[in-house]
Amino acid sequence: MTAGIEAPMVGLTHGASEDTGLGQRGPESKSIVVPYGFWLFVLSDMVLFSALFATYATLVHANDGGPTTSQLFHRDLVAVETIALLLSSFVCGLAMITAKRANMIWTQGWLVLTGLLGLVFLSIELYEFASMVAEGAPPQRSAFLSAFFTLVGCHGLHITCGLLWLGTMMAQIWAKGFQQHILRRLLCFSVFWHALDIIWVAIFTIVYLIGTLS
Amino acid sequence: MSENDSERLNVAPGEPHDSMMSETVSYVVGLGLALLLTGVSFWVASTSVLWGPGIATGLIVLAIAQMGVHLVFFLHITSGPDNTNNVLALAFGVLIVFLVMIGTIWIMAHMNANMTVSPELMNLQMQH
Repeated sequence: MTAGIEAPMVGLTHGASEDTGLGQRGPESKSIVVPYGFWLFVLSDMVLFSALFATYATLVHANDGGPTTSQLFHRDLVAVETIALLLSSFVCGLAMITAKRANMIWTQGWLVLTGLLGLVFLSIELYEFASMVAEGAPPQRSAFLSAFFTLVGCHGLHITCGLLWLGTMMAQIWAKGFQQHILRRLLCFSVFWHALDIIWVAIFTIVYLIGTLS
Repeated sequence: MSENDSERLNVAPGEPHDSMMSETVSYVVGLGLALLLTGVSFWVASTSVLWGPGIATGLIVLAIAQMGVHLVFFLHITSGPDNTNNVLALAFGVLIVFLVMIGTIWIMAHMNANMTVSPELMNLQMQH
């Protein structure tokens, strides 16, 4: 088709297009299929987290005489973590905008900032874990603490993997430039990073805020 | 059909599309809304102005609203016709997440309530 002809209607239309909805148009291009497949992975990751959330909600009061949620959690630390991760997600979006326009300096700059804000988040989380263990609240203390460290630690592990992925993406963009397949990988990374922020919203609400209500 | 045409039929999740200005504005609006909702969440959790028993529910509503903001402004999951596949996958994911969470919490709460040991029985066990 030439560029002058309008794009066919979407869905099961027989009008202007030859698309019968039976796949006669052929498979979608890679730039659609690859991020869609990754989107399915991200959603299945959210299902995994829902199981951890359900476990946590079941065990949150099973503290075996040990420290409780309101004794352990500090809201000011969590507020800083939340802001850092939110800004990181935002800056990652800005990096996507500049990457689409093949602007090397701005893309690398935004990606560095994304990584630094992610590191801020991760350091605060590790500090929190270390001080909890020092206070006599390690994972083996009670069922509540096991569930807490599994849920929040699993999110932290995702962030760690995301930071490693971010580093390799910056190296790939630097070495190979803004090729189509590199941009696809970068898009998948941004989907992953935004999804982790969505999961953090659930964590700071359910674990930290509701856990410290008076 | 060329690749260009088929790309206009669908968009990939997370992919911004439009001019540079409107893409940036979308992220800035999303950031503003997310910050606002986060701030309200922390305020609701620490204030004593509101009715106590309703606070937990309110916080969950605020969290769901913020997730929606992230989905629309950061992941660009919209109700547009080019987004149908992404939305359908999301709907299925949300269904499973709610089934797992609400189902587990519901069943485990009932089991806890029904299996609570009465004080007399507890005393018998203690004496052994």
